[in-house]
Amino acid sequence: MGNAMGTDIYTLGADIGSAASKCVILKNGAEMAASTVESAGAGTGGPARAFEGVLAKAGLRREDIAMITATGYGRNSFAEADLVISELSAHAIGAAAFFPGVRTVIDIGGQDAKVLRLTEAGVLDNFVMNDKCAAGTGRFLEVMARILELDVTQLGDMDGKAEQSAGISSTCTVFAESEVISQLAKGTPIPEIVRGIHESAAVRTASLVRRMNLVLPAAVTGGVAQNRGMIRALGQELGCELMISPDSQLCGAYGAALHAYRKAGQ
Amino acid sequence: MEEKKSAKVILRELQDKIAQDVWDAKNRGEKIGWCASNFPQEITTAMGIQVTYPENMGAAVGAKGGGQRMCEYAEGMGYSNDLCSYSRINFAYADLKECAEQEIPMPDFLLCCNNICNCMMKWYENLALELDIPLLMIDIPHLDKYTCDEDRIRYIRAQFDDCVRQLEEITGKKMDWDHFREVMDVSQRSSRAWLRAIASMSATPSPFSGFDIFNNMAVACVGRGTVAAAEAFEALADEYEELAAKGETTFKGEEKHRILFEGIACWANLRFTYKALQSRGINLTASVYGPAFSFLYQNMDELMAAYAYVPNSNCFERELEMRVKDAIAHKVDGAVFHMNRSCKNWSGNLYELERRFREETGVPTVMFDGDQSDPRVFSEAQYETRVEALAEIMDERKRAKEAQA
Ligand code: SF4
Repeated sequence: MGNAMGTDIYTLGADIGSAASKCVILKNGAEMAASTVESAGAGTGGPARAFEGVLAKAGLRREDIAMITATGYGRNSFAEADLVISELSAHAIGAAAFFPGVRTVIDIGGQDAKVLRLTEAGVLDNFVMNDKCAAGTGRFLEVMARILELDVTQLGDMDGKAEQSAGISSTCTVFAESEVISQLAKGTPIPEIVRGIHESAAVRTASLVRRMNLVLPAAVTGGVAQNRGMIRALGQELGCELMISPDSQLCGAYGAALHAYRKAGQ
Repeated sequence: MEEKKSAKVILRELQDKIAQDVWDAKNRGEKIGWCASNFPQEITTAMGIQVTYPENMGAAVGAKGGGQRMCEYAEGMGYSNDLCSYSRINFAYADLKECAEQEIPMPDFLLCCNNICNCMMKWYENLALELDIPLLMIDIPHLDKYTCDEDRIRYIRAQFDDCVRQLEEITGKKMDWDHFREVMDVSQRSSRAWLRAIASMSATPSPFSGFDIFNNMAVACVGRGTVAAAEAFEALADEYEELAAKGETTFKGEEKHRILFEGIACWANLRFTYKALQSRGINLTASVYGPAFSFLYQNMDELMAAYAYVPNSNCFERELEMRVKDAIAHKVDGAVFHMNRSCKNWSGNLYELERRFREETGVPTVMFDGDQSDPRVFSEAQYETRVEALAEIMDERKRAKEAQA
């Protein structure tokens, strides 16, 4: 192991959310040595599995890790952590590393949506988060996928097959649910309904972005970033290109690991 | 020798006395009223009429943990959970006529003024029907312009005079206009002292923990027309100024950052909302409650206009200006906005207020969901995350500034 030779520094970031736990190990603050995603969050066995899993994948032991930073909803109950930072700061650090020069980061997670403004130097400068309403978050898409008997990961492909949009006007999860059901009853093709759902969620997310004033370039992170249909709808609504990364789901954990690396060096 | 009482103790005793005076009047058989918080108190004070404030009761019940129970009771009566929680607590109390956390005597008449919100109007109209008692109303239309013009002043004044006439009929007490002018003067004394106390927060560190405003404002709201209140606020302002001159503060710990807190406090979560800030060295040094309970005027017309300038009644630009000026004068590094689900009038423009405030001051801001007295709307984790991130941003900015220097 590099660490055994005493030259490499490994740090770990743990993003303990309410619905998922994610861990990233960074080598020398640059190279992602390993990552894990467990779909169980704070208060479950998820955090421990994500943590042990990431160590096993990297072939490291706890003692090999120079510093651990936890973030996310369950950050304060994650006993392995040396440091704790808010998920906003963690996402900002992660996004600045994933997308150098990015000024606006739209993170759509399971239960919340947030828009971060970064300075030119890549430092978090301000942010807005959704209010108590679930509209515009990943949960909205999950509920809609369930009614359509789809897995949430299929939504992007489905959207690509649509020739037009079914027009779902409600942003409220409960109201949109009944709109979707009546579209189904009318025989509207599923891809069109999916596109309508994405457009509805995009309108809601775009209004959050506008509360911050959009400064480009902009990127999308969080699980929803993998959904091409949603990215297309949001880009259209905002009238701009949106950057995404295949690791976007790991942005918070990556930022936490990078934070740990910077602190380890101090 | 008797030890000199602190202004805080004097204010608390005064608050208890004000509450007791209403009970005593009721027990003597006098007619007493329930009154909206921004109803011109000069009228009742000058006429020696005792009134009590359901909004203050709503805050106290919320702070003592009875908000949810009372709100749920009102919802069981058929009131929507979208209504202001002060009104729900009051509807429950009007029906139950008892409340473990705080009780107020039942009213013989109602004094309503809608300068703070129009929910107030339906609330009091409903009480008048339920309790079968007279409702006196002063209608102060929302200011859609920057200044309160002649027409508005005349409109308010006509109602003012009519209200006095009706009160004379109901209570049998006569208005003495000379005494009214004295009450105007005393109210000015109180308001100026209150503003002086608030202005001391511009010192670094601020001489006191800003959450104290939430405790002291009750007297500013209801008692400012009395000499006792004027003296208490003068003592408070003196104390704060003295502390500021010595560079001392009652804030616990180092004052690392200063913020503006926008909105009514979450009474039911007061400790949590305070602790999350205080534990990070964040002190509240600006709040609209400063200007909100001080009414400055020189004559009758200006008095009418002053009641049209209460924060909730103002045009957006004036609302914004009030906050921005306060934030700059009191040197804030950030702001916390309470999206209060009870208060539609206050929260309706909050997204825009936050956006413009941020643009004009350049400081970072956060917003959280909550309610003044209904704890079901508040999430500790949501608040904590936002405050923590705000603290991190303020830390980072401070570091960058120090590095530059
Ligand atoms: S709605 Fe707002 S202004 Fe009106 S009584 Fe309730 S808290 Fe006060």
